[in-house]
Amino acid sequence: MKVELEADKCVASGQCVLAAMDVFDQDDDGIAVLLEETPGPELLDDVREAVAVCPAAAIRLVEQ
Amino acid sequence: MAQTADVVPEFPMPRASGCPFDPPPALQELQKQGPLVKVRLQDGSEPWLVTRYAEQRALLGDARVSADNTMPGYPTKGDGGGGENGEDKFSFIMLDDPEHARQRRMVTAPFAIKRIEALRPTVQKIVDGLIDDMLAGPQPVDLVEAFALPIPSLVICELLGVPYDDHEFFQDNTKTMVHRDATPAERGQAVRAIAEFLSGLLVERRADPRDDLLSSIAGRVTAGEIDHRQATEMALLMLFAGHETTANMIALGTAALFEHPDQLALLRESDDPKLVASAVEELLRYLNITHLGRRRAAVEDIEIAGQVVKAGEGLIFTNEIANRDPEVFADPDRLDITRDARRHVAFSFGVHQCLGQPLARMELQVVYGTLYKRIPTLRLACRPEDVRFKHDAFIYGVHELPVAW
Ligand code: HEM
Ligand code: SF4
Repeated sequence: MKVELEADKCVASGQCVLAAMDVFDQDDDGIAVLLEETPGPELLDDVREAVAVCPAAAIRLVEQ
Repeated sequence: MAQTADVVPEFPMPRASGCPFDPPPALQELQKQGPLVKVRLQDGSEPWLVTRYAEQRALLGDARVSADNTMPGYPTKGDGGGGENGEDKFSFIMLDDPEHARQRRMVTAPFAIKRIEALRPTVQKIVDGLIDDMLAGPQPVDLVEAFALPIPSLVICELLGVPYDDHEFFQDNTKTMVHRDATPAERGQAVRAIAEFLSGLLVERRADPRDDLLSSIAGRVTAGEIDHRQATEMALLMLFAGHETTANMIALGTAALFEHPDQLALLRESDDPKLVASAVEELLRYLNITHLGRRRAAVEDIEIAGQVVKAGEGLIFTNEIANRDPEVFADPDRLDITRDARRHVAFSFGVHQCLGQPLARMELQVVYGTLYKRIPTLRLACRPEDVRFKHDAFIYGVHELPVAW
């Protein structure tokens, strides 16, 4: 599974970082950055939570 | 199913007496009727009320839905809701993308999770200091005045760089600003008083920048990205949005925990920061203090849930009932701090979702994780039925909460 982040949609809510700290971080302006494009299976639940709570629909989890 | 004019329910509705923590029963009843239901405001207009979680998230995240209160159909007038400061297009909370995004991004930096975490010790110190003062003072004491209001006030002033000496002035005026009984003239007066003060501070910071949010907003004026009026509104929005909201979550949250002693005991006796964080999310969900609904207008026809919302029709999103949607939250009317409530919409949804949420969460975690441990015998010092709830304010809460220990 691959994570896609559209940073230009991001509204800096910080929700993805709270949901999946190992996969998402924020730049100096609070805009989300991807730490791990292909997270291991143990992180997928967290990523799914991040997808669900992102208010700006900026994150997608896609089959490779 | 078409509604006829004489069955359109009026909005807002009263809460049931004796159930101050639950949304109005008539509102929860509407959720059962359908995801979108027409309601009538005092001015006779009939916007859509979006009742369910899925439709609220879909529409709040839809670019065809405008937060601009000057759009045709925007449900502002007639019930005291909307137009939070009695002003049109007030800062980016009432602007649409791309202008909304452009302005919001000017102030996102200090709310990044890491920056907020770095503030945690400062907030802990503030909270501990206020508890020390309460413990050293007479009982009973009003928790709102002594604890709930000073915390966000001190914290946001720290973030903005507003001198502490001016806090009383701020609290008086923000109270008038959000009070439903205040006349438009009184509200306008309060906004102007604060705006003038912040405007002055912004001018000072332009000449003499410091390491604070006011200086960085002032810098945007210097750079020609926004004008001075926009900068003042932005600063005002930060102060206003974070002030009574956080305070009411502290006091109303404590009142709710008094009513649920098992949940209070769980929180008090746990050393697990995860449980505290979970309690914050659950109390945000359960209390949903912004209780008159988010306001929007459709700018294009939108098909949703078998309905067509037409361009120029108003939309009201009562997040308090979306957070009680049984499709999403099992046994939704139960306060259960161990449940996973993270998907709540107490901070709204879409591009306007609360900018201050990382800060609000951290403040509430410090408060809920400290107050009941440091004062384990904390209790309500009046009869529960004597607590006065702010049915009449934009942000739900308690007028005062007398406590003893
Ligand atoms: C528990 C406390 C809080 C609650 C319940 C809360 C709730 C909300 C809600 C529901 C919205 C969405 C408005 C809409 O969709 O129309 C919002 C927006 C906003 N909040 Fe908060 N808030 C809280 C604390 C704060 C704090 C501490 C700050 C800043 C210091 C803040 C700053 C903002 C700003 C700037 C917006 C506008 C965002 C935008 O339009 O892009 N809030 N808040
Ligand atoms: S959850 Fe979405 S909007 Fe929030 S920081 Fe992450 S990507 Fe940005």
